[in-house]
Amino acid sequence: MRPILLQGHTRSLTQIKYNREGDLLFSVSKDKVVNVWYSHNGERLGTYTGHLGSVWTIDVNSTTTMIITGSADNTAKLWEVQTGRCLKTWEFKTAVKRVEFSEDDTMALCVTEERMGYAGTVTVLPINTDLNGKQSDEPVAAIVNDGGPKAVVASWGYLNKYIISGHEDGSISQYDWKANKKLNSITPHEDIISDMQMSTDRTYFITSSKDKTSKIFDSETLDQLKSFQTDAPLNSASITPKFQEFVIVGGGQDAMSVTTTSARAGKFECRFYHKILEEEVGRVRGHFGPINTIAIHPDGKSYSSGGEDGYVRVHHFDPDYFKFKIEA
Amino acid sequence: MPGLDLKNLPEREEDIDFSDIYEQHQVQVDDDLDTIVVVDGAPLVDEAKEEKLLSVLKKLFTKNAGEIKESGIWMPMAPNDKGKKESKGYLFIDFETPESAHAAVKNLDGHKMSKAHQLSVNKFTDVEKYSKMSDDYAEPEIEDFAPKEHLKSWLMDHQARDQFVMYRGDDVSIYWNRKTEKPEHVYSRTNWTETYVQWSPLGSYLATFHAQGIALWGGPSWNKIVRFVHPGVKLIDFSPNERYLVTWSNEPINLNRMPEGSSHPFTEYDEGNHILIWDIKTGSLLRSFPAVQAEGQQHKTVRWPMFKWSASDKYFARVVPGQQLSIYEAPSMGLVGKKSIKIDGIVDFEWSPARADKNDSKLNLKEEILAYWTPEVGNQPARVTMMGVPSKEIIRTKNLFNVTDCKLFWQSQGHFLAVKVDRHTKTKKSTFANLEIFRVCEKAIPVETLEIKDPVLAFAWEPQGERFATITTNDPAYGAMPGQGGAAPTIKTGITFYYLDKSKAVAGFRPLKKVDKKTANYLFWSPKGRHIVLATLRSASVSDIEFWDLDFEPLNTGDSKSNTKPELGSSVQQLSVQEHYGVTDIEWDPTGRYVVSGSSMWRQTVDHGFCIWDFKGQQLLHENIDKFKQLLWRPRPKSLLAADQKKKIRKNLRQYSKVFDEEDLAAGDANAARVIAARRKAIEEWYGWRKRAEKNMLEERKAAGKELRSSADEGKSETIEEWVEEVIDETEEIVD
Repeated sequence: MRPILLQGHTRSLTQIKYNREGDLLFSVSKDKVVNVWYSHNGERLGTYTGHLGSVWTIDVNSTTTMIITGSADNTAKLWEVQTGRCLKTWEFKTAVKRVEFSEDDTMALCVTEERMGYAGTVTVLPINTDLNGKQSDEPVAAIVNDGGPKAVVASWGYLNKYIISGHEDGSISQYDWKANKKLNSITPHEDIISDMQMSTDRTYFITSSKDKTSKIFDSETLDQLKSFQTDAPLNSASITPKFQEFVIVGGGQDAMSVTTTSARAGKFECRFYHKILEEEVGRVRGHFGPINTIAIHPDGKSYSSGGEDGYVRVHHFDPDYFKFKIEA
Repeated sequence: MPGLDLKNLPEREEDIDFSDIYEQHQVQVDDDLDTIVVVDGAPLVDEAKEEKLLSVLKKLFTKNAGEIKESGIWMPMAPNDKGKKESKGYLFIDFETPESAHAAVKNLDGHKMSKAHQLSVNKFTDVEKYSKMSDDYAEPEIEDFAPKEHLKSWLMDHQARDQFVMYRGDDVSIYWNRKTEKPEHVYSRTNWTETYVQWSPLGSYLATFHAQGIALWGGPSWNKIVRFVHPGVKLIDFSPNERYLVTWSNEPINLNRMPEGSSHPFTEYDEGNHILIWDIKTGSLLRSFPAVQAEGQQHKTVRWPMFKWSASDKYFARVVPGQQLSIYEAPSMGLVGKKSIKIDGIVDFEWSPARADKNDSKLNLKEEILAYWTPEVGNQPARVTMMGVPSKEIIRTKNLFNVTDCKLFWQSQGHFLAVKVDRHTKTKKSTFANLEIFRVCEKAIPVETLEIKDPVLAFAWEPQGERFATITTNDPAYGAMPGQGGAAPTIKTGITFYYLDKSKAVAGFRPLKKVDKKTANYLFWSPKGRHIVLATLRSASVSDIEFWDLDFEPLNTGDSKSNTKPELGSSVQQLSVQEHYGVTDIEWDPTGRYVVSGSSMWRQTVDHGFCIWDFKGQQLLHENIDKFKQLLWRPRPKSLLAADQKKKIRKNLRQYSKVFDEEDLAAGDANAARVIAARRKAIEEWYGWRKRAEKNMLEERKAAGKELRSSADEGKSETIEEWVEEVIDETEEIVD
């Protein structure tokens, strides 16, 4: 499995995402640039410029007509995929750490940072799916944090029933966002939750945490279904949609303490675990800094990882990968 | 006085009540006798010498104990048979303070004034106490016999597995080693110890450390067997046969600081002492010792073990650096021959591990042997001396020159003593090493000298063998001190194996094989000999573990009928090189089958955990354990089988191994079956849950009227063929 190295960013990657068909790969980085690539050969298709701060997060809608990005310049921007035109800019009081389109593309959630006296929020914005239509300024709903641990990641449940948020203290909350009501809350992790990704049908999701574990939960009941124990702080976790029942997790020693130990101690590897058996099945090395974000191609035949080292590595699985079978 | 009743005068003198007068005129006797000591064993002198003796004694006691009260010495004199006045050999001394009196007892009891006169000093109050003791014999209450647990029960494991103790975080746990599988848990306790744990040398007890003292645990239930009170205990040492325990604390014993009402075995004579010797079976304190410091210099670090035990547990000794060697007898705790041996400059000593009472055909020992060395003092050369105990006879000495340091290494059976002598050239600029090997089994104990050009970093005898290994270095970085807190630099080293060449008329040790360009800094022989692990420990950049076999027999290729003698050293074979990142400790299991390498949080910041390897260097198990601190194999006592029984077993090894292989296979099958069953269950549960979750979701979607976009278009990927035609060249020709 020879990876394709995407060298389009000058600073560390913050998030990467495939579109629904998987032919495009979007990447955002602290260098303020948003890039889009052909996922099969790593050719760059274009960039979206306009953000004035590090871009923390990106999402693409299901028809690949629009992308939304959130940045440290306290804005979220909506872009036209095809032309790179900025359709809308929403201003917030603080940085936008996480964005995600709802299933039907009519809404997007934005997780905003808690800073400078402003409470952290999960804001739901209405999206006009018409590219030339007018985008509204008024949020549909906002869940404002009142003194609890701030939310760092959030995701939509199926049918937009719930918003599930992950918090800095390792807790996970399920909200009825229309009624602005917390339905359920658990604290399965001991440290900040670094990533949360839904399964394809949004019935379960995976979290990764700095406490070196990754866990799978039922998005309806928040029951913990699986747990993956590693030996390094994790930054991202993703579920393979097809062929194999795997999860891919990645992370590594914190960037700030990397220089204090040898490269080996950093554990900058993507680890593959069997989703059901919770056993490690393989590792992929390559990054020379912590892995910040992992995304798996919707067809399950390749995956990409973005690291603190500023590179995105696109891996197409070998034939052996599809033949692998664990004895059971 | 009440008015005298004249009418009622007592008739007789006896009837008069004088009590009030007595009361008024009572002499205030100084009944504080704590300051007085009784000294016995003083020389008998007549009046002429009385004054001289008194002045000598006064000087002695003032110096060693404290100020004596004015005219505080009283030596009774009485006429002897010849009518001349003579002292009676005892005297009383009254000190200014009770502390001085206490010090006098402590420091001068047993003091030898001359060959014939040994003082015995006792407290006056003690004389009274002991003389007042009831003469009636009181039957001591005999406690009901409580059967003790079988301390060696772990040896009865039908698979002869080994146990180990693991200390991680605050938990101490005992496990069975199960080779490639996760170790089987036996027992664990949180906060079992406060600092670390230690096995006794035969594995019967596990010692745990607490602020109040030491506790020993064992038996199948892991109950507390005995505890030893010693506040602030830091270091312990067992005698080789587990009969005695030596404990050391940096806090001196202080009776006033003992918690009220707590039971402790100390008396005022133990006050201020650091080292205690205990009987393990009874739990009683045998003796306490003060710490000794070398003259003039303050040792910051304690040399441990401070007391070294002879192989039989009969004797133990310690050295007062530069001055003397004190050999004590157990269990009486008295000095052998009632005095220490004055040895100018003595630095260190080691007991021979051979027991005098054991039948060793090669080694005809009448008594225990110890070896010590003294550095160059004045004109006297440095010297290594072997001494018999208890006779204190010198058996052999060897003079050495230009010595910087010596280390004494006994071979495990006591057949050889190797002295690693670090020497310097005359200019003291460079150092090199000599090995002086004493062959104890041979007549007159010949000493062979091996000159080694480079400094020797490590030396180790093969257990029960006639071979040894050394690590030498000629790396210029050697000796460069690491910066504060930094790890020592990794240096290039060479490893040499030596063997005893008996082919010549004069037997001698020769190099068997030398391997260069290594980084190993530690040697670990298998406890059964033959195999050795060379490891690079506690290095920042390298963490290699090499497994070597010294009796490697290459597979017969069939045409090996040739009678050529195998090349020297060809049997030394590297089996494998492995790496355990951040390894800090290596330990062989007591049977020589497994090696465990650990990375402890005490020495390493990340990647704590341990690996189990077999003797070939094949990794059996790798466990990453956060906050891993310590892993120790439980030692085994010596086998009870006689030599011929062992031989027989070795002969029939194939039969046995067949049985064991079958057992292993069966166990492996059972385990595999279990694992697969567990996997099946997990998979079943998962798909069961998936089915329910999917059904729920689809129903909800249907109800909401938002069915999943048909999966039909997902599987079908649209193939768009794009034809690009490029005109490269176009020429027009007119065809006629």
